[in-house]
Amino acid sequence: MPQSEYVVQMKGINKVYPNGIAANRGVDFNVRRGEIHALMGENGAGKSTLMKMLFGLEQPTSGEIIVNGETVNLTSPTVAISKGIGMVHQHFMLVPSLTVAENIVLGMAPKKGGLFMDMESAVKLTEEYAEKYNLHVDPKAKVMDIPVGMKQKVEILKALVRGAKILILDEPTAVLTTQETAELFRELINLKEQGYTIIFISHKLNEIKQITDRLTIMRAGKSMGVYETASITKEEISRLMVGRDVILTVEKEKAQPTDTVLSVKDLEYTNEWNKKMLDKVSFSVRKGEILGIAGVEGNGQRELVDMLFNLNRPDAGSVKVNGKDIVGVSQRNIRSLGVSLIPEDRMTYGIAATASIEENLISDRVGAKRFNKGPLFDMKAIHKECDDLIRDFKVLCKSGQQKVGMLSGGNIQKVVVAREFSCDPVLIIADQPTRGIDVGATEFIRKKLVELSRAGAAVLLVSADLNEVMELSDSLIVMCGGKIAAYFEDTAMLTDEIMGEYMLGLKRQSDEEIGRVCHE
Amino acid sequence: MKQLMEMVFQAEFVASVIRITAPILFAALGAVIAEKAGLTNMGLEGMMMIAALFGTLTSYWTQSWAVGVLCALLVGMLLSLMVGFFSLKLKTDIILAGIAVNMLGGGGTIFLLYMFTGMRGNTGSLVSQNILIPTLEIPLIKDIPVLGEILSGHSLLTYLAFLFVFLLWVLLYKTPLGLNIRAVGENNHAAESVGIKVRRIQYIALAFSGALAGLGGAFMSMYYSQGWNSGMVAGRGFIALAAQAMGRGEPVGTLLSSLLFGLAQALRTKASALPDISTYLVSVIPYVATVLGLVFYAAATVRRVKKARRPKEEAEEK
Repeated sequence: MPQSEYVVQMKGINKVYPNGIAANRGVDFNVRRGEIHALMGENGAGKSTLMKMLFGLEQPTSGEIIVNGETVNLTSPTVAISKGIGMVHQHFMLVPSLTVAENIVLGMAPKKGGLFMDMESAVKLTEEYAEKYNLHVDPKAKVMDIPVGMKQKVEILKALVRGAKILILDEPTAVLTTQETAELFRELINLKEQGYTIIFISHKLNEIKQITDRLTIMRAGKSMGVYETASITKEEISRLMVGRDVILTVEKEKAQPTDTVLSVKDLEYTNEWNKKMLDKVSFSVRKGEILGIAGVEGNGQRELVDMLFNLNRPDAGSVKVNGKDIVGVSQRNIRSLGVSLIPEDRMTYGIAATASIEENLISDRVGAKRFNKGPLFDMKAIHKECDDLIRDFKVLCKSGQQKVGMLSGGNIQKVVVAREFSCDPVLIIADQPTRGIDVGATEFIRKKLVELSRAGAAVLLVSADLNEVMELSDSLIVMCGGKIAAYFEDTAMLTDEIMGEYMLGLKRQSDEEIGRVCHE
Repeated sequence: MKQLMEMVFQAEFVASVIRITAPILFAALGAVIAEKAGLTNMGLEGMMMIAALFGTLTSYWTQSWAVGVLCALLVGMLLSLMVGFFSLKLKTDIILAGIAVNMLGGGGTIFLLYMFTGMRGNTGSLVSQNILIPTLEIPLIKDIPVLGEILSGHSLLTYLAFLFVFLLWVLLYKTPLGLNIRAVGENNHAAESVGIKVRRIQYIALAFSGALAGLGGAFMSMYYSQGWNSGMVAGRGFIALAAQAMGRGEPVGTLLSSLLFGLAQALRTKASALPDISTYLVSVIPYVATVLGLVFYAAATVRRVKKARRPKEEAEEK
């Protein structure tokens, strides 16, 4: 069989998860031998799923994968490795207390005398590969003592030593400093020159322009096409990456915002990898409006929400609810100010999966007088309130005694929402409120949010779903690289194109324009 | 007090420390290898009990101490693999599985002994000199004054216990198996991603752990107590877990902390022979030493963690 132009061909890949979510829909993905190929797309576009299938971590529902002209059935990473595919995960797969060399030979350690480990040849092997590929590491240093950039080199070496010819790098620059990124790019180009093929997952436009030959853009589980990097502009990429398939419209009256409820000032936070996640973030949310926060995930949104509910402490800055500082204040006291939270990670922060629906619903109000008769619960009152909530919020269940964990994602979220919306909130923080749930529940939750805001609650809506954030919000801020990149007072005039440019960092408003988001 | 001091500064006392340390050391090394694979072998105590009984019984039946020791080793290994089966395959909590073995060791052994021999609580009448583990006089060394008395004349298994410190270190740090065990214990996803069979490595570590506990049990019934009785192991399996923790899970560190506990036990034995001191009070010495040891260990760890954290925080401020 003649050597095909393509080293990897993925044809008509479909991936449907057991919960019915289709992560990939008829995706074609081709990589030429010896190129650096970018796989781009927003979070949730399906690029990680596609690569997991190429590395054998998951299997496609249908479709064909061809590696080096041979149709393969990649049932596990071990099989993928044997076909010459290596993957560098975003979260490193290293053992911290072992040395670099030990990590590299793990699972294939050289022996001497039949029984003992040949550490010398492990070190030699590491040095040899490090030299050959210009990936300089200290073989004898323990992994826990080396910087992140070197850990990444160890991961790349691990793949190379195992015979990988095709390297998948999953957002490799997410954890690196600028200098480390520049170094990584030199190393990747060096690898390319030696004939290796590199698949580079990222959504950073500048990086892509800098080192890739071609790129495939994914959106909502589909491929938006393959392009030569040199012949496509950043603006075009951004338009292809960010955009909506179906424009949804939510009916809502015009907001009439009044007093400021939430006021965030100069919030700063640097995470444990010394990466600045929040950089002087200031904004305010007023009574009666929905303020949306849009942005590609990982640009500080999660850190911001953590600060607003004391799940983490900022390095500097203040957060005030109706004039009261809430930094370092317990969640219970934050709640007593009328703040409610729909958390992004509902299974961890939203519910207790093994407790009943009823127990979850009253978990923020167990101390309320109406539920207590002397030292005991007034079960009748509890049953009544819960039955009302289950009815009002249309939670599909057998009874309030059912365990929450047994419900579907949409109904679990309805339980969270029922609790968070029924405590007369003055401020609702909704973090990805409709992620991964069915259409019916999504619509219901969106309607409720609008309803509550028109009734006088302040709503902060954080969402990676462009549809949601653009249609639901009255005004909107865009976060990029831990900073507010733009503020739009009125979302009606916004287009996907404009959003994309701010979300991907092509444009940034002046400080003055951004400053308008602080209403005093 | 003076009497106690006199006793302590005798070669015979030091030799007794070594003798008493050996069973703790066996079990503690068993705890080390299990912990390195990320598993807490809570059942060491029970494994020692049961292995000790079978060691004595088989040595009586075969009239061979070596077969007895081998049997104890195998019984310990099997029990440990059973714990592995329950926790790794059937997904019960490994601590609970270990506690189950301990309870089996407490009650089941008395029943088994009665079933096999009709004896109640101890095997006193079964034991004869030829089925006990022999002692070894080391040529040359035994003739050196003081040192000879301390180092020579111990049982074969005592020397083996100390030898195992070295062997375990070699296994963990100088062989591919040891590398795999450490990788599995620390980050089993990383191990799995390079094709290491995590479950298999964990079973292997547990087998070693149980075998070591079995040897500890054999030492107790076939040498130290010269026969099996129901109160014989007396918490050594738990002390071993403490020794492992105090020794930071390393073979050499665990040797030192085992020696410390051995010293406490030896002190108790000596002090209880003194007049004027309540034997009940004295008998708590080893256990108080265990608690104190763990407290010191915990305090040291906290301090170390704080120290490790401080430079990082300073770096962040910059």
